[in-house]
Amino acid sequence: MKIDKEKKEITKFRLPVTLSVIGLFLIGIVSAFSDDAHYTENKEIAVLVKKDSARSVHAFKKVYAVLQSPRCMNCHPSGDIPLQGDDSRLHAMFPKRGADGKGILAMKCTNCHQAENSAGLKTPPGSPDWHLPPANMKMVFQGRSAPELAKQLVDLKQNGNKDLKALIAHADDGLVKWGWNPGEGRTLPPISHAEFKEAWITWLTNGAYAPAQ
Amino acid sequence: MNSIRINKKEYTVDVDKEMPLLWFLRDYVGLTGAKYGCGVAQCGACVVHLDGEAVRACVTKMKRAIGKEVTTIEGLSENGDHPLQLAWKDVDVPQCGYCHAGQIMSAAVLLRERPTPTDQDIDDAMAGNICRCGTYSRIRKAIHQAAELQKQKG
Repeated sequence: MKIDKEKKEITKFRLPVTLSVIGLFLIGIVSAFSDDAHYTENKEIAVLVKKDSARSVHAFKKVYAVLQSPRCMNCHPSGDIPLQGDDSRLHAMFPKRGADGKGILAMKCTNCHQAENSAGLKTPPGSPDWHLPPANMKMVFQGRSAPELAKQLVDLKQNGNKDLKALIAHADDGLVKWGWNPGEGRTLPPISHAEFKEAWITWLTNGAYAPAQ
Repeated sequence: MNSIRINKKEYTVDVDKEMPLLWFLRDYVGLTGAKYGCGVAQCGACVVHLDGEAVRACVTKMKRAIGKEVTTIEGLSENGDHPLQLAWKDVDVPQCGYCHAGQIMSAAVLLRERPTPTDQDIDDAMAGNICRCGTYSRIRKAIHQAAELQKQKG
């Protein structure tokens, strides 16, 4: 009789306890992604989008992995010479950025880079309007941490004055898409363009949160 | 439109549009000043001007060049008296000479955009033109001399 009574008592508390454990677990997951995450200071994004830091930060992890891949980072160097190769070494011949990002003097990007990839290994890759970001808006990816890059990407003063619409459209920019068609011998970014675009839009439309680290 | 203007003369292009400009210049027009070096835009021996820019003719296809203005070393001046050509002769720059048409065509863009180039300007502009004979110090000297000549000519 005593044992039966104890069993009833345990059953009575089982549901609330289980729910509490699940609740605590969920809070833990959300916290893992959103602790100290920084909501964007971009006012337009702040007004237009949902605020879901966990979803936003989770998506940005994928975005960041792509932007740090050689196909993206090589043309977003910290210096004024582009990078090349899967090891992101300085570009042979040391061509310089120039004011418009299109090179200087007899060393302009399109002197060698055509509107399409040249055939063969170790030949110049190409896409229409091949260039670096301009000198007054360098949009550096190289060496940027995830929080630094997340904040930079939505800062109008550092992203080429791109609003939310322009940022979303940028996922389909010709040079961005070239990253997934880089010519022979060049490693692709870690996820497909479709997955990147989805992550990019998810990050932006859920608040463009910068991860804590 | 299937024409191309080379050294101020009009040519009809009746070749595969994927053909590199260098092939057209050398094999169809007979202008052999621009040289085939590496074939992958690494050495600069094939540099010609396409609408004034120092492109590498080995990787520039005819489909890009059609309708545009091309200048080769043969058309840089009427009588071989461009300041760079005069300075090149005076300094006696070339050794084997294979790369020098490309060197001069790149230097011509440099002098057009920086009439009084510094050593750094020369390094920046000429870093893509390789010389196996190592005539770089004479190239630098000739470019400075050509800048002086250009200034005197006004």
